[in-house]
Amino acid sequence: MVIAQETAGWQELLSEQLKLVGESLPTLLSGTAITVELTICLLLLGFTLAVPVALGQIYGPAPLRWLMGAYERFFRAIPILVLLVFFVFGLKVNLPAFLSAALVFGVHSSAYQSQIFRGAIQSISLGQISAARAIGLTRLQAIRYIVLPQAFRLAIPAWSNEYSSVLKDTSFAFTVGLVELNQRAVQIANYPTHHDKVFALFFTVAIIYLILTTLGTRLLEMIERRFRIPGLTVHTGAAHSHG
Amino acid sequence: MASEFLVRIHDLHKRYGHEEVLKGVSLNVRPGETKAIIGPSGTGKSTMLRCINRLTDPDQGQIWLESTEVTAHGVDLNKIRQQIGFVFQDFNLFQHLTALDNVRLGLMKVKNMPKDRATELALYELKRVGLEHKANAYPNQLSGGQQQRVSIARALAMEPKLMLFDEPTSALDPELIGEVLKVMKTLADEGMTMLIVTHELGFARSVCDEIIFMEKGFIVEQGSPEQLFNNPKQPRTREFLSKLSELYGESPA
Amino acid sequence: MSWETLCQNFAEDSFWRLACDSVPKISQGTLLTIEITFAAIAIGFVFGLLLALGRVYGNRPIYALCSGYVHFVRGTPLLVQLLIIYYGLPSFEIRLDPVLAGIIGLGINSAAYQAEYFRGAIQSIRAGQMQAALAIGMSRPQAIRSIILPQALRLVIPPWSNELIYTLKYSSAVSFLAVDELYWTGHHIAVKTYRYFDVYLIIAFIYLALVLILTKIIDKIEDRLRIPGLEIKH
Ligand SMILES: Nc1ncnc2c1ncn2[C@@H]1O[C@H](COP(=O)(O)OP(=O)(O)O)[C@@H](O)[C@H]1O
Ligand SMILES: [Mg+2]
Repeated sequence: MVIAQETAGWQELLSEQLKLVGESLPTLLSGTAITVELTICLLLLGFTLAVPVALGQIYGPAPLRWLMGAYERFFRAIPILVLLVFFVFGLKVNLPAFLSAALVFGVHSSAYQSQIFRGAIQSISLGQISAARAIGLTRLQAIRYIVLPQAFRLAIPAWSNEYSSVLKDTSFAFTVGLVELNQRAVQIANYPTHHDKVFALFFTVAIIYLILTTLGTRLLEMIERRFRIPGLTVHTGAAHSHG
Repeated sequence: MASEFLVRIHDLHKRYGHEEVLKGVSLNVRPGETKAIIGPSGTGKSTMLRCINRLTDPDQGQIWLESTEVTAHGVDLNKIRQQIGFVFQDFNLFQHLTALDNVRLGLMKVKNMPKDRATELALYELKRVGLEHKANAYPNQLSGGQQQRVSIARALAMEPKLMLFDEPTSALDPELIGEVLKVMKTLADEGMTMLIVTHELGFARSVCDEIIFMEKGFIVEQGSPEQLFNNPKQPRTREFLSKLSELYGESPA
Repeated sequence: MSWETLCQNFAEDSFWRLACDSVPKISQGTLLTIEITFAAIAIGFVFGLLLALGRVYGNRPIYALCSGYVHFVRGTPLLVQLLIIYYGLPSFEIRLDPVLAGIIGLGINSAAYQAEYFRGAIQSIRAGQMQAALAIGMSRPQAIRSIILPQALRLVIPPWSNELIYTLKYSSAVSFLAVDELYWTGHHIAVKTYRYFDVYLIIAFIYLALVLILTKIIDKIEDRLRIPGLEIKH
């Protein structure tokens, strides 16, 4: 590590770096749009897969429970980076980069989301299901009208963690060729003339991510408050998500 | 098959693992009758009640509701359950729904009633239990006694032929028991057929037509309140009654 | 007999031949992954504990500083943090060796997450414990060190163990700085041999095995340190 003597004034350094940030901003913002789109798509796909996986693990027959459990553990144990390259290069799946990324991230997220929903579903008392059956609702109706509406509410805080976690993970999407927010910055930084001048650039990228995670988390907090059941304070163990 | 009984239970058996919880229970209930089931805990009272609407499946024996065999293979359970109201010890209100929605849900989803009609009926049932002013409250905004009354309204809304109560006041603070018992007494007076597992001997004595004493998976003794409370034939019944009145500080006499 | 001759027992182009040939390189990569993970966890532990103490016991400025740090790091991707350190710091003439940059990046990232686990555990210790310690004449720092932390650190193991596994998995991001850890080693072999499927499968299973082993070790430690009747309530 070498700390050279400070010759160029801070001001000069700063203005030079900020100029680069200013020039790059439109590119960064269009990358931001891709990042946001990818995050939304992967969360939706993850959600769609996670609900049946969670339900299968709780209400399914033994083999299904085992299978779903293995699915969850497998996708949670392997780094997303490895999953991405395995899909595109290992399995040689040739799809548009965005689609590949959404698929792999979505499946990965579904393993985490199903754990979140599983915890929430299991925290709902069995007595309520008995009560639902007692007035003549079918098993599916009891799940649909009694279990899931409560489980989804309870899951919001942990789910908000998952949102933040996958948003950050999308920065790995460059491995399948998607040029999203972070990769735009990397490409700019790779211009030879920009070497050693990109601190502010990457810091700006960080701030954009920070704004996205904070906004999303706040939004979900608002939703949680809006749908909170009056008088009810149930705490599920927060899913251990890197949110 | 026509019958003078609304419910007939014949030789009901149920085991959990090695433990035989019901060892051949038989019981008949006529329309309009109210029967109390008493007995020590762990005796199989809840299990028997839950077998009647098949929340639990018996291993052996038959149950009929009028001419329908509840225990037959391939019966439409959801049809049968609509005709049998069940009130749980811990209420089991749907936590995410208001009192009104708790009562209305079955009408709309099971009976496919249009919303306005279901609302009207649900409000009527809430009024019957004295809670129409709490229609928009959520379960956790209600006292235990109020929650139990909502759960009774929820069961009544399905217009059941039979109401089953599993220790409906056991989870309540003493000062809240009365309001629930009052609702149940009104129901009995109106001619509802009821099977009630309870430790409230005073209530059982004044409201019920017959008392059934269960122990260790058997019906030990059954008879009119007069006979069972004042003149129990079995020594076990006598023992249990004296223990219970000691515990609750009330004598059924 | 050398490793290479041993590997010649497997048929050319077979999966096992590839696996065998890759053993020396992959074991080096695995070792580096383990080293980076543990170094980062160690940095994160010390730094995270300080952050947690700052957030629980610190005065306003310290609280604000620690909270700001935690929010910033948790709100931004690890990869961007690594890029700031490796490509950004040279703006100030600070140039780090890639492995060191990776360890520092992963460490200060992990610190923010560990801090939250520590904070949760510290705050779950009943206030009476601190009062009892003060009542027998301990100073606050003493009470924190010998009463609060020994309890909090035991409680934190189950949630904290997740962080260990996360750090292991996310150490793969250091490959972006061309550090030859497990993932990047595998990538090299895959590109050279064109055996992407086989190589990535091997890599995936090594990560899976590492995660399983780590989980077992943590369970053992947790059993060893358990205080009867004392458990964290979720
Ligand atoms: N779902 C179940 N699984 C296993 N054992 C059960 C179950 N339900 C009840 N039991 C057992 O059956 C016995 C009778 O229970 P229950 O019918 O609840 O008795 P009571 O209502 O008279 O107190 C008890 O020993 C109880 O532990
Ligand atoms: Mg019972």
